[in-house]
Amino acid sequence: MTTPGRLPDPYGQGGGANLADILERVLDKGIVIAGDIRINLLDIELLTIKLRLIVASVDKAKEMGIDWWETDPALSSRARRDELARENAELRERLAALEELEAGRDQEPSSTASAQEQAHREAP
Amino acid sequence: MIGLRYVYAVCRPFSTPLQAQLSGVAGDPPRLLTHHGLVAVVSHVPEADFAEEPLRAHLEDLDWLTGVARAHQGVIDALTTVTTPLPLRLGTVFRDDSGVRTMIEARKESFRHTLDRLEGRVEWGVKVFLEDAPKPEAAAPAARPASGRDYLRQRRSQTKSQDELWQRAELFATQLHETLSRVAEDSRLHAPQNPALSGASGRNVLNAAYLVPRAGSEEFVEKVDQTKGELPGIRVELTGPWAAYSFAGDTAPESASDEERPNAKERS
Repeated sequence: MTTPGRLPDPYGQGGGANLADILERVLDKGIVIAGDIRINLLDIELLTIKLRLIVASVDKAKEMGIDWWETDPALSSRARRDELARENAELRERLAALEELEAGRDQEPSSTASAQEQAHREAP
Repeated sequence: MIGLRYVYAVCRPFSTPLQAQLSGVAGDPPRLLTHHGLVAVVSHVPEADFAEEPLRAHLEDLDWLTGVARAHQGVIDALTTVTTPLPLRLGTVFRDDSGVRTMIEARKESFRHTLDRLEGRVEWGVKVFLEDAPKPEAAAPAARPASGRDYLRQRRSQTKSQDELWQRAELFATQLHETLSRVAEDSRLHAPQNPALSGASGRNVLNAAYLVPRAGSEEFVEKVDQTKGELPGIRVELTGPWAAYSFAGDTAPESASDEERPNAKERS
């Protein structure tokens, strides 16, 4: 006898439903109700985004234009390298400027004095 | 146990008892709290883990989250065998029973509306994967490129066959989705899954959820089964029956304001 409640045996549940299947449902679906314990919704959204980055493939995320982590030094080693390279270049530039200044002062103390003063004023 | 109240789901009163060994997110068996003709399924949880600060910290811990997610899903799953639950999102916590009652009272119309819409229906998950193609180099080691031009030619044909495979998989997934949508009452497309978390091999081309009446589930499952092995290199996976997670969040226009207001307040 078939009852209206009859269902085929569960597929893939328990053992088979993978973690991504479960997380995408319990974290991302279902009804959102603000309980008494207020977890900052922004935090939850961040968490969801983080998980979505794990759940969704990186390629797909890039396709959707989500690529902020690539420029975030805390998240991307490439961004960290870029950041270091940028800092390195900046330091070299400043060093070169200082060396030039130094050399100029040795040769023509009077004419570079104002430039040096200016550099001092600009420096933080 | 004195503590906070973790709410899994809201449903209508049901007569079949829940399975006896069922334990909730913190080991406390789910209890039924009836108010205004609706039942909230609730567990007591310790403040040390579920108060604001510890909960926020825990949510960043994938192992902790996994345990709670599985327990949450376990309760929802048990409910699905005896009734039609409206699953709440993980981590819905109240101070005490009266907080839960107040919440039910404030949302009873919208709960009833959604429960009516989902009554007797379940969710099935269908995923389509494009199996990883065997490396052509490994398959034919003799065909070493003799020149740069040969190499480029080989590369081009590899890329071309990969593109064709991809297009075929997309077409297959689109057609399958159309077929299943006709059998189902409603459907949702989810983001494709990453193999790192799912542990599944191949590339996830389709990740969809279908709302199907219990009575129509056998037909739906058959439809999915028929497509298995239809196309070489394509794998179809079916999960379920789930509670209607993917369809519970929608609210009808007339109850939307009722649903949105508390959240809007939270955000500001």
